[in-house]
Amino acid sequence: MALSPDEIFEKVREAMVGALGVDEDEVTAEATLTGDLGAESIDFLDIVFRLEKEFGIKIPRGDLFPDNLFTDEQYVQNGKLTEAGLSELRKRMPHADLTEFQNDPDVQNVNNLFTVGMICKYIESKVSGAAN
Amino acid sequence: MRWFWVDRFIGFKPGKSATAVKNVSLAEEHVHDHFPGYPVHPQSLMIEGMAQTGGVLVGQAFNFEEKVILAKIGRATFHRLVRPGDQIVYHAEVVDEIRPEGASIRGTITCDGQLVADIELMFVHLDKSMSGEDFGDDNFVFSADFVELLRMRELAQQFAAADGDK
Repeated sequence: MALSPDEIFEKVREAMVGALGVDEDEVTAEATLTGDLGAESIDFLDIVFRLEKEFGIKIPRGDLFPDNLFTDEQYVQNGKLTEAGLSELRKRMPHADLTEFQNDPDVQNVNNLFTVGMICKYIESKVSGAAN
Repeated sequence: MRWFWVDRFIGFKPGKSATAVKNVSLAEEHVHDHFPGYPVHPQSLMIEGMAQTGGVLVGQAFNFEEKVILAKIGRATFHRLVRPGDQIVYHAEVVDEIRPEGASIRGTITCDGQLVADIELMFVHLDKSMSGEDFGDDNFVFSADFVELLRMRELAQQFAAADGDK
């Protein structure tokens, strides 16, 4: 049965509350995981575990949070993502809104890409992909 | 002194659940400091006992070859005190499944049928979850001595028997 975007958001919210110990009303689509919700690195794996269970899907490591891209010398120069890096990022994170990031592709700003809404979009693509 | 905060496993379903007991004794030094005149088994050591129960459960799934590290205490809520003379029962259940990167467990601690605590822990396999960092060949979590101890305490046979029941 296909899940509506609202149903997906509710389940993602539940996973965030469980993993990060935040209040439900703090979990908005715009909230960033590290900045707004206080996630630390280990929480990202916890979130992946919870989403896999919640939605009955498999999330290959690096798929939802392609963190290894930001330490790859091939794509990063002087602390900023290169053109090649940006184009790789677009490929790897089609579910993220890169509009702001590409104006200042500093790796320090990467955490702003990881929002609750980004996770919801990723899940939507996974769930509809599974249905096909 | 050995850092063992469970005394015996009384149930083990590989990849699913583990149950262990710990007898709290007035002969244990730590209860005399916690607190003088009012000995109470510390909650921090109950979290450690749960981590050991869950850690063995998670470690056994990959034959104690992974370095299973307690990465996160998701929740630990305590409901009553545990005092010398009490026997506490740790029960850990794997949430979902044990993955190549690690696993989460949901645990309860009970004493005389009463709930002492509910606890959620997350374990990672150290070499599989960090980005490419190499922690060496030596498994400092499940040392050869530890695995030998399991064997001595007939846990190995228990695992084998449970394995046969699957």
